[in-house]
Amino acid sequence: MARTHAETRPPWMEKPRRTTTGLKALLLVLVVVMVAYPLVYILAVSLSASGAPVGDGLVLWPGRISFDAYRTVLNGGIVTRALLISIGVTVVGTLIAMVFTVAMAYGLTRTKDVPGSRFILYLVLGTMLFGAGIIPNFLLVKSLGMVNTYWSLMIPGAISAFNLVVVRNFFMEIPKELYDAARIDGAGELQILWRVVLPLSKAVLAVISLFYAVALWSDFFNALLYLNDTSKWPIQLVMRQYVLEGTSLGGLSHNPNAPQPPSHSVQMAVTVLATIPILIVYPFLQRYFTRGVLVGAVKG
Amino acid sequence: MYALILPGLLYFVVFRYVPLLGNIAAFQQYSPYLGFGGSPWSGLSNFTAMLHDPEVLTATRNTVVISFLQIAFAFPAPVALALLLNSVMSGRVKRFVQSVVYLPHFISWVIVVAVWQQVLGGDGLLSHVIGDPGFNLMGDPSWFKALITLQVIWKDTGWNTIIFLAVITRIDASLYESAAMDGAGPWRRTWHVTLPAMRGIFVLLLILRLGSVLTVGFEQILLQQNAVGSDTAEVLDTFTYFRGVVAGDWGIATAAGLIKGVIGTLLVVGANKLSKRMGSEGAF
Repeated sequence: MARTHAETRPPWMEKPRRTTTGLKALLLVLVVVMVAYPLVYILAVSLSASGAPVGDGLVLWPGRISFDAYRTVLNGGIVTRALLISIGVTVVGTLIAMVFTVAMAYGLTRTKDVPGSRFILYLVLGTMLFGAGIIPNFLLVKSLGMVNTYWSLMIPGAISAFNLVVVRNFFMEIPKELYDAARIDGAGELQILWRVVLPLSKAVLAVISLFYAVALWSDFFNALLYLNDTSKWPIQLVMRQYVLEGTSLGGLSHNPNAPQPPSHSVQMAVTVLATIPILIVYPFLQRYFTRGVLVGAVKG
Repeated sequence: MYALILPGLLYFVVFRYVPLLGNIAAFQQYSPYLGFGGSPWSGLSNFTAMLHDPEVLTATRNTVVISFLQIAFAFPAPVALALLLNSVMSGRVKRFVQSVVYLPHFISWVIVVAVWQQVLGGDGLLSHVIGDPGFNLMGDPSWFKALITLQVIWKDTGWNTIIFLAVITRIDASLYESAAMDGAGPWRRTWHVTLPAMRGIFVLLLILRLGSVLTVGFEQILLQQNAVGSDTAEVLDTFTYFRGVVAGDWGIATAAGLIKGVIGTLLVVGANKLSKRMGSEGAF
């Protein structure tokens, strides 16, 4: 079992027995199938003309492929609008979150020289220990007049203390000499941040943007709390209504006389569409994961 | 520097500290029309009403049961997967498996529940395979807590291996070599070298997890409560939400949230103290 990370076997390590290798391979295949198969299955259902690939005698892939479900959903109705709203909220919200987080994280890197900033850092860390709870947060957002605006999705959770600490730790790892050199050249703090710090921090910025973007894209509860106006609903809330609660999707098509694709297919088409943005950015950011998680694990 | 800190500071004060004051609604007969200033004070009556509410008892019990199921099953799962991944020789196979198992961490609960419903729910894959149209695991109250735990395992086991894999990477290779020289086979090397190296981080994470024992996946459970009913699926957070935001019983809901928050903070702080006493660095 135990081994080092070199891809060649060190001389002291015995050759594994066939049965061990076989068993391990079996376990790995099982793990991969359990994680991946449900996702492949929903894709199959969304493309199935009959709404159930099993019914066609095929479990992995539909017998008759049809894009009708996607055509129906992307016809400019509720789902199209919700997808656009979610994309907008995610992009703008991530930008806001990153600007706030990066500025504050950099501002808190020199707790020794900047009076009061250590206290502010503790103020931030404190929020990792306690929160106000659902009701007081709800009442606050309401009294700020954010109800039924997209701000209610982007602002209340704008900075995560955890992400802030991760970014700050990363900034602190940058060699002091670089800061000093820039200062001697007469650069202001903003210039140092922009020209020196940010270019060296691409890895952590990528991971933290991903964390913020995923949180914004995935959130349905804030939308449920704050958006009474259903025409403003993001995709997750629309999904909850039409896929999980099973409200009929009949009204989605622009042409009510056209034959409707099977409801399972339509529901799974929405599910696939809501997953795709994650799948698009995932491969690009994957190589930064370990770094991002580990910087966060270092003591604040 | 202050100009850079200010917007963030403002955010933390307004959105993280000001709401703490909102907890005074727990001591009022709060009404949104009258506000905090106009609502009559009611002392501790919300708290006594809460303690006599059978729903609170159910919610507390469900929360703790689900939490312990997750600590017993979902929490150790990443260690096993990390050991398995670490034993894979081929870097390509390993990276492929990692990219598959990390993925569900990034999928929203709405989508996860939709996928599980499509596989295990009514008219889903499993019901077709066994040929029983009435089959619906997702609507069966006796399966609810197990499914909630399995979903957490499905979603986050892969992602949580990252930290354990990183610890394994840092183990000095000569330890394995000398263990092998002394005649330890692969299993004994795992038992005597790899696992002890992971113990510190495991205990730290476990203690922190125990500190949040009153918090279970709120979105996850809220999404699936309708199918099984509140007797099985009411937890403290869903109670607060339904009582307050939905039913408008603000005082009791805030009281329940406040108690949960205070106990949660005490547990986290206590857990951190404990982890420091046990020789680990602690998280804060």
